[in-house]
Amino acid sequence: MSGLKSQRFRAEREADWKRLEGLLAKAEGGRATRLAAGELMEIPVLYRATISALSVARATSLDASLVAYLEALATRAYFFVYGARTNVAESLARFFRIGWPTAVRALWRETLAATAILALATLAGFALVWSNPDWYGSILPGALAEGRDPTATTAFLREVLYKQPKGAGLSFFATFLFTHNAGVSILAFALGFAFCVPTVLLVADNGLTLGALLALYGSRGLGGPIGGWLAIHGTTELFATVLAAAAGFRIGWAVIFPGPRSRLEAASAAARIAGAAMAGVVIMLIAAGVLEGVGRQTIRLDWARYAIGAAMLGLWLAYFYLPREEK
Amino acid sequence: MVPTTAAVPAEPFVRRFITPEGIDLRLTLGSGGERAAAFLIDAAIMAASLVVLTLVIGVLAASVGLENAEPWGIVWLLGFFILRNGYFILFELTARAATPGKRALGLRVAARDGGRLTGEAVFVRNAMREIEIFLPAVFVLAGNAAGDPVDAWLVLLGCLWTGGLLFFPLFNRDRLRVGDFVAGTWVVKAPRRSLRIDLAERQDGAFSFSRQHLAAYGVKELQVLEGVLRAADARTMAAVAERIRGKIGWYRAEHETDAAFLTAYYGALRGRLEQRLLFGHRRRDKFDKA
Repeated sequence: MSGLKSQRFRAEREADWKRLEGLLAKAEGGRATRLAAGELMEIPVLYRATISALSVARATSLDASLVAYLEALATRAYFFVYGARTNVAESLARFFRIGWPTAVRALWRETLAATAILALATLAGFALVWSNPDWYGSILPGALAEGRDPTATTAFLREVLYKQPKGAGLSFFATFLFTHNAGVSILAFALGFAFCVPTVLLVADNGLTLGALLALYGSRGLGGPIGGWLAIHGTTELFATVLAAAAGFRIGWAVIFPGPRSRLEAASAAARIAGAAMAGVVIMLIAAGVLEGVGRQTIRLDWARYAIGAAMLGLWLAYFYLPREEK
Repeated sequence: MVPTTAAVPAEPFVRRFITPEGIDLRLTLGSGGERAAAFLIDAAIMAASLVVLTLVIGVLAASVGLENAEPWGIVWLLGFFILRNGYFILFELTARAATPGKRALGLRVAARDGGRLTGEAVFVRNAMREIEIFLPAVFVLAGNAAGDPVDAWLVLLGCLWTGGLLFFPLFNRDRLRVGDFVAGTWVVKAPRRSLRIDLAERQDGAFSFSRQHLAAYGVKELQVLEGVLRAADARTMAAVAERIRGKIGWYRAEHETDAAFLTAYYGALRGRLEQRLLFGHRRRDKFDKA
């Protein structure tokens, strides 16, 4: 055997390090589930042996490459031992049962604020266009309005509410709406970081457009039909928009007013809640996309549209806010 | 038992990171250049995947005719959506917590407080890319279209504002993106290193150094010598061997090679320094007289 203490130290433990390296390579290759139970139990034991070897090597060995190797191995093992390793099905179930509704409930103040902004902007848009139809053009530019402007005939406006989109089929349309809306809501959320201001603008813009449309249709006696046309998917979609904005507000607020904690700590605490709520928003928008793209195009009866919209809203409210036992 | 993190001032990118066992792992943060390179690799992979996806679906859709192509349109839209919003999230949720670009550069995402990297944190840090990457891109593209002076000014201000978000990592010590800042994460180096041969194994008994011979150098020189031996460049070894022989007053024997001399001297010096280390004397370098 060789002479140096550090050589003997290495020779005695080398096999364990190699074993740990092999197990980590297997686990990191996405095959953690394929590790035998015994192997999985082995990793923490080998990790602790490696980390104490690192501490000894730093104090007694002058082989720089050995210390660097042990540092890298211990770091990899640390992230595996203390990292996220729950299985996907279990954490998804937990998200739907607890994570999502809890996060939404925790955002109640921000949700109320976002709802108020949306409602005020809708009222403003409605009042402006109702009193002077010229406002319509500045709120909905020509491209967005798709011909639905004050110069259009009532017959045309009515037809828009009940027609089938030509060309592309319904499910394609639904998918398109979902991807578009999800993109916008993620943007609204991310903009919250810029001290909430751009998120307020985005929500207000949404409300103004809504109010202007309602005023235009209302002025032609089509208030009931436009309500149904919007309600069938709108209760879900607007709720999702409000929640996305609320999540953005939470983060922006934490950055402006961190309270006793540091800005970094306050922001990451807010992000835990906001992130869960946002993942839920994407799911709500899938539902809204299907309701708008498929449901609205096939269901032409106003009362049915209202009923579906109200039912969806009731469902979401019950899911988020009904008190329940928590484990 | 939550590990604590704090800056170690000596090296700019090394951070103290105490595990629950009480050992400092001395994490090294990814530098701005590495982060940018990793992102460019990921962006190239995403762009290439989009091209492939579009071509394959285009061919499939053409083969069934335009009337029956709707399912393929949906597959394309969803594929595009998942690629744009899911690429980073899905890769960072795996055990290695890194996208292919980060893996290529030996980086991974970690929670700054040393705890678990949660799904929410990964979701948030990547949702923030919307304002870091997408918004600046919109303003830059809008810059080309801006006609009248008011629009041009708006675009310029937009570029400044979003540019601040894009270059956020360069303005803080820990190279945090806006997403990292908000989600409580950072990007650290977690390279895979292999265990290399112990150079002290190689020595043979043909050399015998005296105490005076071994008193010339400290730990720093020993580790420089280790680097020279591992690189095994003949010219460097010849120069270093000459310097050491001169310094310690060693007369070169007839068949003595530079490699054999350096290896033997390395082994003997390490033995001497490690022995003193056990008695609590760590001789930092040749100027350290302790």
